[in-house]
Order: sequence, then C-alpha cells, then structure tokens
Amino acid sequence: MQELLTVEKLSFSYPDGQPALADINLVIYKGDSVAIVGPNGAGKSTLVLHFNGILRSNGHIKLLGKAVDDSNLKWVRSRVGLVFQNPDDQLFSPTVFDDVAFGPMNMGYSQAEVEKAVKMSLEMVGMAGFEKRSPHHLSVGEKKRIAMATVLSMSPEVLVIDEPTSNLDPRGKWDIIDVLKGLSITKIVVTHDLEMVEALCRRTVVIDRGCVAADGATADILANKRLLAEHGLAAG
Amino acid sequence: MKHSFLDKYSDRDSPIHRLDPRSKLLATLAFIAAVVLTPAGSWLAFGFYFIVIAFLILLSRVPLLYVLKRSLVIIPFVLLVAIFIPFFKEGELAFSFNIWAWHISLTHSGLQLLWSILAKSWLSILSLVLLTSATSFASLLKGLERLRLPRVMVMLLSFMYRYIFLLTDEVMRMKQARDSRNFGGKRLRQVSTIGHMIGTLFIRSYERGERVYAAMVSRGFDGHSRTLDRLHFNRQDVFFISGVMLTLVFINLYNLLN
Repeated sequence: MQELLTVEKLSFSYPDGQPALADINLVIYKGDSVAIVGPNGAGKSTLVLHFNGILRSNGHIKLLGKAVDDSNLKWVRSRVGLVFQNPDDQLFSPTVFDDVAFGPMNMGYSQAEVEKAVKMSLEMVGMAGFEKRSPHHLSVGEKKRIAMATVLSMSPEVLVIDEPTSNLDPRGKWDIIDVLKGLSITKIVVTHDLEMVEALCRRTVVIDRGCVAADGATADILANKRLLAEHGLAAG
Repeated sequence: MKHSFLDKYSDRDSPIHRLDPRSKLLATLAFIAAVVLTPAGSWLAFGFYFIVIAFLILLSRVPLLYVLKRSLVIIPFVLLVAIFIPFFKEGELAFSFNIWAWHISLTHSGLQLLWSILAKSWLSILSLVLLTSATSFASLLKGLERLRLPRVMVMLLSFMYRYIFLLTDEVMRMKQARDSRNFGGKRLRQVSTIGHMIGTLFIRSYERGERVYAAMVSRGFDGHSRTLDRLHFNRQDVFFISGVMLTLVFINLYNLLN
C-alpha cells in the first residue's frame, strides 16, 4: 500500500512550554480508514493540526513522500481536508454556497469548476439544494455535513475530521456515520466515540499524554478492555 | 435559539427583490444623496420623494407596518442631535419664554430646519429599510463587493452577519447560567459580575477568531479573496436605475424652478 501521510518522531510543545506531543510515529496508507482515539487532552487535535501544516515542527510530517514545509503548504492543504470540531468555526460565510466554494476558489478553480465542485460535494454529504441557506439557520447535524462538504469540494486525498459526532443526537450521529461510510477517500477520524470507530474504521490508534499508546486493527483494540480503561476510553 | 433576522422578508419574491443588488444599492445611494441635498423647507419635493419611496415599498410587497416600525427607530437619534437647532438658529422669533434667569427663544427658520432634518432622515431610512428587506444580506455583500468596496470591509460585514447571532446566543446562555446561580446581592458585586462576563465574551470571541482563521487557512486562504461573478444586470435593472434617476432629476429640477 502507498504511504499517504508519514509522521516521524513528531514532538510539539505549546507556546507556554507545556508538552503536547512526544515522539509520535505513524503511517497512514492510502484508502485506509483510521480512528485516532484517546481521552480529553491527549493531544489528538494537536496532532491532526500538524497534518495540514497549521501547526509545524519542521520536516517531521510527509505527505505522499514530500516533507510539509512553507513552499508546498497550499498543495498540502488542498490534499489534506481538515474538518474542525465546531461547525460554527468551519462555516464562516453568509451562505452555504459561499462556504463550500471557499476552498475551490482559493485553489484558483474557474467559475464553472467551482460550481461543479460545490454541487458534487453537497451531493456527497446529502445536502444538495442547501446552497442559498445561511449556516446559522441550520441544525447541528446539517452544519456538520456542510462542514465536511467545505473540504470535500477541494477533492482532497484524505479527509481528517475532528469529533464528527460530538453534540449530535443518536440519529444525527448515525446519519454522519452513513455519510462517512459512503465516501471512498482515505479517512482519519478523531474521536472518543467507540461506536463510530467500530462501525467506520478498520484501524485504530490510541493516543494518550502525547504518545501513541496502541496502534492496530480496530477489532483487537476494542476487544482489549484493559487497554481502553487504562486510557480513559472505558469505565474501569 | 431563533432571532429576528436582519434581512427578514428578503426571501420573498417581487420585482424589487428580483433586481440586481448593485442597482438597488446605487438607486438607494442616489435617492439618499438627492434627499440630503434638497434645501430645507422644500416640502413639495419631500412629498414627491415620499411618493417615490412609497410606490417602491408597495411594489416590493414588504409589509407596510414592518417598514414603518423599523423606520421609526432612527427618530430618537435624530432628535437627540437636532433638537437644539431651533434654539440656536438665528432668525425671526417664533416664540420665547423665560426659565428663571434664562431667556429662551425659538426661531421659525430653526424650527423649519428641524422638521426638514426629521423628514430627510425618515425618507433616507425608509429607502434603507426597503433596501435591506428586499435584498438578502448575502447578495447585498456581493453587490458591495462588485461595486469595489474594499474587500476587508466586505469581509468584516460578512463575519459580523455570520457571528452576531452566535454571540447573542452566548450572552443569553451566560445570563441564564448567572441567573440560575441567584444573581443579586450588592450593586457593586453585580457590576463586577457583568464586567467578568464581558471579559469572558471578549476572550471567547478572540479564540473563536483564531479557530475560524485556522479553518480558513486549512482551505487555502492566503489573504487574497477570490469571488465569483454570479450577478447579472438585466433589462429590469436598466429600467429601474434609469427610472429612479430620472425621477430624482425631475423632482430636483421642479424644486429649483419653483
């Protein structure tokens, strides 16, 4: 399998000196669906912010074999679609169309291409026909799906999505899981929702205190109750 | 939580709604300029302006009561600024009286100026209410952008429109949380609690700003915004603009000749 995203010896401390990540090694292969799980404050979100170069500790992340640096940031961001946890941060435009078109326009697509990309990505998340609505009139589930469309419109190699099911009722959650299942691209899902992990991801990486605590097939990791309890993912 | 929207009724359909936002913006601007430049006391001209704006409001099918209510919001502000004019403007005395040692007098020309200012501001705000209730905020922004308003300003307005509802929600939640813990006690304590709330709100908004920026950067934002040109001038727009302009010119000529 082709290596899509390679993380080598990644360490990171916040500006106030607090360590967040310590010596992370991780390889994501093309076509994979990977869950990154861990307790609150484990460093999951910090890790994924490195995937598209928002946070950087130079040279430790490679995308399709190329090190992420200043010169290729734009390319990296069009290949790694990062969806933030709070859709109210992700959706900042007056209409859904403007928001979904934002990425493609920054990529320099032509008008016809932008319109095509918007239509396609809204259909992918089952939100066709919402172009003219404004984000603050939508439900949380609808906002989350539109938020996915805003990065899918750039046709990324990999979809990195932070807590897709937080703040959702069970029906909304399973709707999101169905949408994600229907997408054929590589997926990295950050969560502590083990139900979704079981339904969606083939591989699971457990992160705790800034380190990789376990990495393996989802079935094995979810069966290891002691491991889950140790890392705050099950009552122990 | 639901809010009354800034652009309520903008999703209706009418000849005015269908116009290009640019032509509406330009016509509104021209209308306001004409109203403001008309000399004080030209009551006939003000009457004509009123007929024009009333006709357009009827054409837009926005509820009249709504337009009236919103337009009255401006009056207190205008009064606050203009109420002293009759006392200071020189001219023929209308009436005068004494309060203790002060001699106070009002002049005819001052009163006329006051009434004219009220009429002008009311006419102007009517046109603005019509503009905002017959155009969605999003297309207004598009129009402003195409009319070469600096990008930064358009983005500021757009963020304001997007986040003002979230902010009011946040304030409401903070208030509820505060009231559920028995807000009360000494006045000084209350003030300091409100101060803390304002501070918290500021920090939260600041942090949200950082997250929004990260979301923008993640989608290739590099400071230059690109936009699509999806607006079209139609024949109706040409009719509308030229109709409004001609009427304004006609009213002013008529006013000059009298």
